[in-house]
Amino acid sequence: MTTATSAIPAKSRRINGRRRFNWRRAGAWALVVLAVAVSVLPFYWVLRTSLSSNSALASNASNLLPADFNLGAYKRVFGLQTAQEAMAEGGSGAKIDFWIYLRNTVLFAGITTAGAVFFSAMAAYAFSRLRWRGRNAVFSLFLATMMVPPIFTALPNFLLIKNLGLLNTMLGMVLPYLFMTPFAIFFLRQFFLNMSREVEEAAMLDGAKHLRIFFQIVLPNAAAPIATLALLTFIGQWNEYFWPLLVGNQENVRVLTVGLGVFKSQSPQGAPDWSGLMAATLISALPVLLLFIAFGKKIVNSIGFSGIK
Amino acid sequence: MTTTTARGAAPARKATGTGTGDAAPRRRRRTRSDLRVALLFIAPAMLGFVVFYLVPSIRGLYLSFTEYNILGTPKWIGGANYAAIAKDPLFWNALGVTTQYVLINIVLQTVLALGLALLMHRVAKSTFIRGSLLLPYLMANVIAALLWFWLLDYQIGIVNNLIDAIGLPRIAFFGSEEWAIPTQALINTWRHMGYTALLIFAGLQAIPQHLYEVANLDGASPFQTFWKITMPLLRPVVVLVLVVTVIGSFQVFDTVAVTTQGGPINASRVLQYYIYQRAFTESDFGYGSALAVILFVILALVAFIQMKFLKGNESDLD
Repeated sequence: MTTATSAIPAKSRRINGRRRFNWRRAGAWALVVLAVAVSVLPFYWVLRTSLSSNSALASNASNLLPADFNLGAYKRVFGLQTAQEAMAEGGSGAKIDFWIYLRNTVLFAGITTAGAVFFSAMAAYAFSRLRWRGRNAVFSLFLATMMVPPIFTALPNFLLIKNLGLLNTMLGMVLPYLFMTPFAIFFLRQFFLNMSREVEEAAMLDGAKHLRIFFQIVLPNAAAPIATLALLTFIGQWNEYFWPLLVGNQENVRVLTVGLGVFKSQSPQGAPDWSGLMAATLISALPVLLLFIAFGKKIVNSIGFSGIK
Repeated sequence: MTTTTARGAAPARKATGTGTGDAAPRRRRRTRSDLRVALLFIAPAMLGFVVFYLVPSIRGLYLSFTEYNILGTPKWIGGANYAAIAKDPLFWNALGVTTQYVLINIVLQTVLALGLALLMHRVAKSTFIRGSLLLPYLMANVIAALLWFWLLDYQIGIVNNLIDAIGLPRIAFFGSEEWAIPTQALINTWRHMGYTALLIFAGLQAIPQHLYEVANLDGASPFQTFWKITMPLLRPVVVLVLVVTVIGSFQVFDTVAVTTQGGPINASRVLQYYIYQRAFTESDFGYGSALAVILFVILALVAFIQMKFLKGNESDLD
């Protein structure tokens, strides 16, 4: 815990000469590298396992390279193997098709993100740019919903979706997320409040109406934070498990997380289909990994309480 | 706030909308015209709020006083569910198990994240490293659970192979009662450590550098600097992190649902999993709702106590 002195002494020492601080710094670096390894290496192990065959995994458990390299696990996960083939390679033989789950997840996360971000942006505009009686009270009420644990509303929401006859439909799955999330409204309102109003005021003098100002000035100007919000919302929705488990447990609307759970529970008890499970896990993780490779910096820089103060 | 000139110059037409207003009669007219537009802008979010947050909250509270098995109509039974819960050994077990999970998880996660944040602040501010540490957090709980279910497998998991290789007995991480909850907590710590570290790191970045320079000139030891400058100034961030992570931890479900399913026996039947079982497996919606109300109350109390005693909303930075 001697690390709090921060960069200043380190810098001054660097001017004096490299030797004196090196081993301490090296120790700190070693710990950081260890933390990075613990965070990242398990994913390599998933990849390695998914490219191995189940029969070879047991005898060759600790080799860093795939044991008996083959793509059988991926074929199994995408439903390209017959039941006999799958069982011969250690699978359960139960029908499983991750293409469908992948499609469903893209739809679920895509629709909810688009809806929640757009409608939340509209609401955030009303909370930051328009003057109306009760504005702050309504905003506080919206904010308070952030405190409500999701399971508390999940039970009645399940009943509602059930009574509407929307169980196991995509509509039933997306509806509760479609119109807003309290966080999205909060996040965007904060940003709108800090945005300069001069262009908007000028447009208003020219007789522009709020709808036009919202679409032609506010939205384009807020493109960066909206993209960040959309990214975070999409990843969050991609990873959602509880609600899709409740209302979308049938094959036609099942998302990846739920599919993974089903796949795991179908796997033979004594000798689980590890390579198949890990192939499925990697497939479920891959889209988020790709997003992360493309927009990592944006995501990393969005982490902080700057918005919540 | 800085646009008064533009607004002042504007003719008092309706179209000049949004300003804070300077003259009372004008403000009233503006308010009225804004309200109509505001209703339009807020309508979709309001619909979502009322239908999927407000009404369900009230309905959930109502259901907790009823007996309801999804079919038929809810039957009002007063506080009977709550009375039953007070005598329900499975509830008390769930509460104990969840508390154990929260304690292990929060202590480990906060200490590790704080250390990591300080290390990053000192030697490694690169986006690459921060990104790598954030990676587990971006993965679904289900993925983290399955990944560790494999790594920690009793027979051929790599971790147990390593434990075996150094001559220690293998550990049934998911299969033994004493390990079931610590294992769940460790998985969650793994997933959240980097994220929490980044939050604290952001807080560290906000501490003015000159304070450290002054302390350095005054000959303060690193130990003193840490306890007299870093920790007090970091406190609001750490408290916020604690409140958020404690509330999140109390709602653990996904990892339990895909790995141990509450077992072995009752060892990992956490509150939310118990609620899920009562409401959906046993179709006892009234009882499940009452349990959910209790979870809600617990979370509100915990958040309130933390904010109050740790003075999270006050900053020492002035």
